[in-house]
Amino acid sequence: MEDKVSLRKNSAIHPILEMRGICKYFGGVHALENVDFELHPNEILALVGDNAAGKSTLIKIISGVYTPDRGEIYLEGKRIEIRSPSDARALGIETVYQELALVETRDVAANFFLGREPIKEGSGIFVDKKKIEEVTVRTLKKLSITLPSLRTAVRYLSGGQRQALAVGRAAAWGGKIIIMDEPTAALGVEEARKVLGLVKQLKEQGASIIIISHNLRHVFSVAERIVVLRGGRRVGSKLKSETTGDEIVKLITGAELI
Amino acid sequence: MKTEGGQKKFSALIARLTGNQVITILLVLIVMGAYLSIHTRTFLTSYNIFNILRAFSWIAISAFGQSMVIIGGGIDLSPGSVMALSSIITAMLLAWGVDVSISVVAGLALGAFTGYINGILISKTKLPPFIATLGMMSVARGFCYGLTSGWPIRHLPPGFLFLGQADIPIFLWRVPLPVIFMIILVIISFIFLNNTRYGYHIYAVGGNEYSASLTGINVGKIKILIYTLSGFFAAIGGLLMTSRLGVAAPTAALGYELDIIAAVAIGGISLRGGEGSIWGTLIGAAIMQVIRNGLVLMGFPAYWQPAAIGGVIIIAVMIDQIKKARAQ
Repeated sequence: MEDKVSLRKNSAIHPILEMRGICKYFGGVHALENVDFELHPNEILALVGDNAAGKSTLIKIISGVYTPDRGEIYLEGKRIEIRSPSDARALGIETVYQELALVETRDVAANFFLGREPIKEGSGIFVDKKKIEEVTVRTLKKLSITLPSLRTAVRYLSGGQRQALAVGRAAAWGGKIIIMDEPTAALGVEEARKVLGLVKQLKEQGASIIIISHNLRHVFSVAERIVVLRGGRRVGSKLKSETTGDEIVKLITGAELI
Repeated sequence: MKTEGGQKKFSALIARLTGNQVITILLVLIVMGAYLSIHTRTFLTSYNIFNILRAFSWIAISAFGQSMVIIGGGIDLSPGSVMALSSIITAMLLAWGVDVSISVVAGLALGAFTGYINGILISKTKLPPFIATLGMMSVARGFCYGLTSGWPIRHLPPGFLFLGQADIPIFLWRVPLPVIFMIILVIISFIFLNNTRYGYHIYAVGGNEYSASLTGINVGKIKILIYTLSGFFAAIGGLLMTSRLGVAAPTAALGYELDIIAAVAIGGISLRGGEGSIWGTLIGAAIMQVIRNGLVLMGFPAYWQPAAIGGVIIIAVMIDQIKKARAQ
């Protein structure tokens, strides 16, 4: 333990996010068992693993949906506790959930600011609709996301448009860390390509990104490092330049043990 | 080329108007009004119009609270009983000689409290809204009978009767005070729902509760808020009704919850939650009363009114469904 602490202090580049010995149990199920995890500044990291490997549990701990049963989390070297999604967001951690966390009956603008609607200065209670529209338009433009109109209810958007909206929303908040859970799973080829382009754009803007995906082709096209989970344990961390799809598949399935 | 653009704009405008449920039912109301104005002599008199307005004002006011609950993804079956109970509490205080303003505030506070209990039951103990508020409907009604032993409370002081019976001169008309309350409350409710963070969060929770919670919205707090407001609005409606009738009866407002929910449904507020406008509720309540009034003026026996209202509810919600299916 002492060694690890000194190691962290001495390492040349501090990870922006570091997790040590994370455990999470659901009843008798060990969803995560003593998992270490680190995300470096401005990197795109892919988190891969089979179903029930613990990927979603791990990112839900980072985004404040679950609290770990054991383990420590450090943000830029400082020990932190993340007790709720609002905590995570206040710390600069934005999440694009697999479920997208959009309200289908509300329009694009309302969804963009869902849960943190700006208040008109001096009015005390009134939502600043002008600011909502301005910021939404500006962000969508910056990320070259085209949507029908700000007033369109989300239920009329396509899967790709919804995904782009959710990603754009996360980007708009200038999150230092952006987590994306299966951002391309429900998309067609062309839409997936656009979303992956967005991921790279977010990196150029300085964000550090964790992306979960089952699609290794997508993983290899954007990620710089790949962390593999299996059965709630971390079984590998490989730089993209030093690994192959075959090796990752072996790590995911555990085939090398046979 | 130019006319083509103009035509496009025009058809887009038409599509937007018919796509807007509030405009659609406003047109229905206007058509009904026009028909009755032509076919009866008495419909379009200021006396009759204000009578209609006064008669649906307390249903409409209670329905504003119900609208917030339904937009927030819930349902409240208790407002009829809460209207009666808050009236009885106020009337009992008045009968003991307590000041009018204090008695009224006590009645309103009790209404809000019953709603608060509903909200706690639904958000903390996770009871389905239908069950929690069905229970409250019965509990509140039971208190009405229990506290009064079934006897109505009469001889309410003039200071209280003023609220429901006074007419306020505005221009050439004498506008009933409850109608003025109704107009003020619909405006406040509209601004609350459309321009405040609470309003945004009510729509979000009703539209997709899980998404709302993931974005950090305190879903439990929003649920408690909407049921509390529903209880509060029901109490306002109840007190205005009692003040108008001049008697607080334990059997008052029996079955009103259905009229209140019907006003919301006719008004185009989706019972699935997350969308709709409070203006629709106002017009929905007006349509129901115009039907009642129209049937009487045209000489139909009053016994047929429930059948007509029921038909309108079914048709209104059906049109809404068909339109949504088409849009998707």
